[in-house]
Amino acid sequence: MTVKEMAEALGWNLLAGEDGADNQIDGCYVGDLLSWVMARAQSGNVWITVMGNVNAIAVATLTDVSCIVLTENAALDQDAAKKAEMQGIPVYGCAANSYDTAVQVYERLK
Amino acid sequence: MSMLHLTYQVPGDDFTRAGEASGDVKHKLKKLGYEPDAVRRVAIAMYEGEINMVIHAGGGEAVVDIDPDRVDILLQDHGPGIADVDQAMQAGWSTAPDNVRALGFGAGMGLPNMKKYTDEMTIDSVVGEGTAVRMTVFPGRKEEGR
Repeated sequence: MTVKEMAEALGWNLLAGEDGADNQIDGCYVGDLLSWVMARAQSGNVWITVMGNVNAIAVATLTDVSCIVLTENAALDQDAAKKAEMQGIPVYGCAANSYDTAVQVYERLK
Repeated sequence: MSMLHLTYQVPGDDFTRAGEASGDVKHKLKKLGYEPDAVRRVAIAMYEGEINMVIHAGGGEAVVDIDPDRVDILLQDHGPGIADVDQAMQAGWSTAPDNVRALGFGAGMGLPNMKKYTDEMTIDSVVGEGTAVRMTVFPGRKEEGR
């Protein structure tokens, strides 16, 4: 399943980085502590978080996650949006919390 | 002389630019065909090191030597130095200020992550003069217990 398909199915809003919308999704990781996420998120994961800063984009780039989903309408900084565009990291927003979002991703990947 | 010798300036107090050096090294290693695990380990260790230099040392220099069988990374700064390296290596120990914690760092995982993801790491630090961290990743060496 691609990022774009998942986003459409779950009603996520694209905030930046549309170039990466065809990335494949093969799992999910939830976390807000960047050093922790960096060490554990796997390539191809949907990364669910509330961290919308420029460092989150760097972590996404280094770990090759397929996209970032900012839950509970957490904001994406301007610098972060710019960097996400540059690096082609798709960033989405949604109103649901991280738990519910992870459950929805799980259902779609089953 | 290494196959590829790279030097980067890591700017101090600029979180928006931290990650440029590690991102570039990652890109180059990928292009050169290094296995994904080694690329990932180098990128994570180097990014943590960059963040450390931004938070604690007002920036510094990263020197990377790439060879077919090893990647050597030297991170050199002229910051305050580390008074107790053993303590700094403990997971959870951090002297990062609150504004850094709000960004999602400062959990005391930087140095432990760097050690965990590299095959060799040494720290030479002199209080008042600065810190040099040398890390080596051997591509192909098994990811054990990670």
